[in-house]
Formats: sequence, C-alpha cells, structure tokens
Amino acid sequence: MLSKDEILETISMISSQHLDVRTITMGISLLDCIGDTARETCERVYKKITDKAKNLVKVGNDIQSEFGVPIVNKRISVTPVSLITARTGGSIEVAKTLDKCAEEVGVDFIGGYSALVQKGMTDFEREFLYTIPQALACTSKMCSSVNVASTKTGINMDAVKIMGEIIKETSYLTREQGSIGCAKFVVFANAVEDNPFMAGAFHGVGEADVVINVGVSGPGVVKVALEQIKDGDLTQVAETVKKVAYKITRVGQLVAQEASKRLNANFGIIDLSLAPTPVMGDSVGHILEEMGLECVGAYGTTACLALLNDAVKKGGIMASSHVGGLSGAFIPVSEDIGMINAVNKGCLKLEKLEAMTAICSVGLDMVAVGGDTPADVLSAMIADECAIGVVNNKTTAVRVIPVYGKNSGSVNFGGLLGTAPIMPINTASPSKFISRGGRIPAPVWANKN
Amino acid sequence: MKAIISVIGQDRLGVIAKVSGKLFEMNINIEDISQTIMQNYFTMIMMVDTSKSGLSFTEMAEEMEKLGKEIGMDIRMQSESIFNAMHKI
Repeated sequence: MLSKDEILETISMISSQHLDVRTITMGISLLDCIGDTARETCERVYKKITDKAKNLVKVGNDIQSEFGVPIVNKRISVTPVSLITARTGGSIEVAKTLDKCAEEVGVDFIGGYSALVQKGMTDFEREFLYTIPQALACTSKMCSSVNVASTKTGINMDAVKIMGEIIKETSYLTREQGSIGCAKFVVFANAVEDNPFMAGAFHGVGEADVVINVGVSGPGVVKVALEQIKDGDLTQVAETVKKVAYKITRVGQLVAQEASKRLNANFGIIDLSLAPTPVMGDSVGHILEEMGLECVGAYGTTACLALLNDAVKKGGIMASSHVGGLSGAFIPVSEDIGMINAVNKGCLKLEKLEAMTAICSVGLDMVAVGGDTPADVLSAMIADECAIGVVNNKTTAVRVIPVYGKNSGSVNFGGLLGTAPIMPINTASPSKFISRGGRIPAPVWANKN
Repeated sequence: MKAIISVIGQDRLGVIAKVSGKLFEMNINIEDISQTIMQNYFTMIMMVDTSKSGLSFTEMAEEMEKLGKEIGMDIRMQSESIFNAMHKI
C-alpha cells in the first residue's frame, strides 16, 4: 500500500520540481527504404516513417495524461542518411522528406542526417558532409550529426577539418535566425547508436527495425532533495542523488515500457541524463551550486559534476532494465539558467567547461562564440573534445554556434534551446595543426583484443 | 484501472461532496480516502477503481481537472502505476 507521503512526494516532484520525461524517441531503420532513385528512396522513407510513427504523438499524450507526468518532446531518429543515399545521391531531398515526415506526424524533432566517418570517408561521404549546411538551412525540425572519432579508431582529422568549415557555412546560411542551424548540428567522438536526445540522435545499424528510447530529466528534483541535507557530507550528497535518480528513472522505465507496448516497438533503452531546461528550478548548474559552490565554474566544479554524474548512473542503473544513450548530466550552456548566469558573471569560462566535459555525459554543448571565429579554431575545439572522448573511452560532442555578425552579447533561440551568451575564446591560431590532416592514432588502450 | 486522485488547496465547504459526486457521475468507485491539513492546505488523496467507467482515462482526468478549476482546488488524477514504479522495488 502506498503511503500518503509517497504519493505527495511524487506529486510535488511533478508539480513544483519540474520532473518530466524529456523525450520519447522512436528509432526507425531506413535500411529497407533504399530505392533505385533518390525519388523512390524519398517515397519509401515518407511511407515508412509516417506509418510507424503515426501514433507516436497520440500515445505520448495519452501516457502523459494517464501518469500525470509531462512528456516534453516526441522525436524520431533514423538510420544515418549517408548510408541511405550512398547509391543514388539526393541527400537534400531526403532531408526535406524527413522534415515533412516530422511535420506530418507532429513530432518536435527528427534526427539522423548523419555520417559515421571516425576512421575514413568514402568520396560520397565527403560530399555528403558538405550538404549538411544546406540541409539544415532548408529544414526546420531536422537535426544532423557526424561521428569523427572513436577510442577504437582514433580521430579522423580530415573530417574534423571539414566540420569547422560546415559549421561556419551553417552559421551563415541560417544567419537570419541567429545561426540556429548550428544548434541542430553536433560533432561526436564515440557516438552512441541509441541516443534519444537531439541534436545527436540517430538510429544505429545494429538496432531493430523500430525502437523506443526514452530520455528522462529532473535536475530540479535533485536540487530540492539536496536542499534537505544542507549540512550533510559528500557521501550523503551522493546517496541522496542516487535515490532521486532511481525514482526519476523508474518513471522513465514505466513510460518506455508503456510506449513500446502501445506503439508495437521494441523497448530500447532509458537514457539517464539529467537534462536541464532554461526555466528556473530545472538547472544542473544550480545542483552544483547547491553542493556548495558559490557559482558554477569555481574550483571544485569538476569534482562536484563527477560526483553528480556518477551518482545519477548508480541510482538509475538499478531502476531500468536497459540503460544506454548518453546517460549522465548534460551541461548545455544556453539551456541551463545556472550555466547562463555563471557565464554572464564571468565565472564559467570555456576552459572550465572543457574540463567538465571530461567527466560529464556529453561535451561542449550549446556554446555560442563570436561569428568571426575562424573555421580552423572550431575544428581545433572539436579535436580537443575528441581527444578527451577518445582517451577517456567516453562520448564527447561539440555543438558550437558561431553567431553570424555578432561577437558579444547573447542570442535567443527560444524554447528548449534557450539563450546563449557569446563566450570569449582563445584567439591563438591552430591553423597549421588543422591543415595537416590525416588521423590521430587510437590510444594504446584501444588495443584490448 | 486503479488511479490516485489528489485534491490540494484552501479548505472549504463541500469539497468531498463535489469530488465524490463527480466520481459517482463517471461511475468511478472510491476504494480508499484520506484527508489532512498540511501547511494550511487541505490535502485529500483517494484511491479509485475506474474499470466500470465507460470513459477514457484522458476524459476522466480532464473532468477532474475541470472540477478542480471550478472549485479552486488543484485536482490531479493519475494512474496508480506511476506511484508504484517510483516507490516500490
């Protein structure tokens, strides 16, 4: 029998602490949609997605109503498009088709305009990478990602060089909307195939035909729990985070099971990430401050984040039968009011953020920089993040927005993407390093076989 | 299906009558009920069985939310499974 306190605790998590399920993401394989012509591929893609996902939004809304827990986004991820169009070309047409599908079924985002080039690129893949800016500029709900490195293969620096160029081009092509195209594009090291979060979601080739992956959230719940133990030591802090993470993840597990059953799809994974939103009371930055920092970015930030990230995983793993995706704490600057305030105060700088990415679940995320940042500097930022991911055997990513025509102030993307303060960068040139190209070899511990 | 209805707000006359009346209209059976005053707020929790109601869960939940607005209380109706998932191993 449930106690009154337990019932009220759950209600309060939802009503005042912003507990929500961030996303139900349906992964759909497009491998069986490859046609003899690009047009045929587009027709098959449209038919398959609008069929498999036709009830996704309704089921999401029904579950939200039954459990009384908000499900903020419904999304779709698909097989990397570079694999689907390699034979016929026509990638831009497929991009438009994906956007049309997202509109038709009413999802918030569709991800998978992606390529996996961590070791090398075919001629077609190189060509595909250069279509990304245009694809992002002519769509509104479609997201794109590229994996350029892995622990097993090292870093493909030829691809890293191209990444800087296409981020600049995307920034220019979407300049009328604050270079928003860059907010829908992420570069990965060690990308995962079952990530439900955007912009980096794609449906890996090792996945089943249709899969449901769920991303939970709830930084506000963690912060409120820590407010109750103001004088507790750090072991108590870790224990408290674990318990809360368990409860949050159980909600995600329940939602994922129900959604998979009702949508006739396989249950994939729960992603345990604590994903912030720009509203007050939903910030990962504020959790770190609740642990005892005056401001995020202060010395101790990396240690606090390491504790948080680890405790979230430990609590969440027992609560779900399959944990996957990125699973940790997200630190997207523009999407977290605590992080935005810390940047505006001058307390949180890019160098500290980079250190934080070594122990959190993603990387330099939703970081705005000046519009005149050279492409090779962006590439070098990506190379550094890749090195952190490759050497530490974890996923890292860069979602950086050089805001066209702006070098200071901030840019507002609206909704979950929030407001990004433009951060100062180190201006010394890495040009020669980036122009060398080639591959940075895999680290010695990649050779485990 | 078993559901939990929570009613939270300023105490006033006739809250239980209004809520139970609405449940009766929708053919929802009350299995357990408890109420208390917490931090000056009236808090009532009901466990109900919806299996005899012909309405969908969304319709029932919307009706209860609407009633809440009418009487100035926060009324939520949620499947019991979310509470069990969170609090039972």
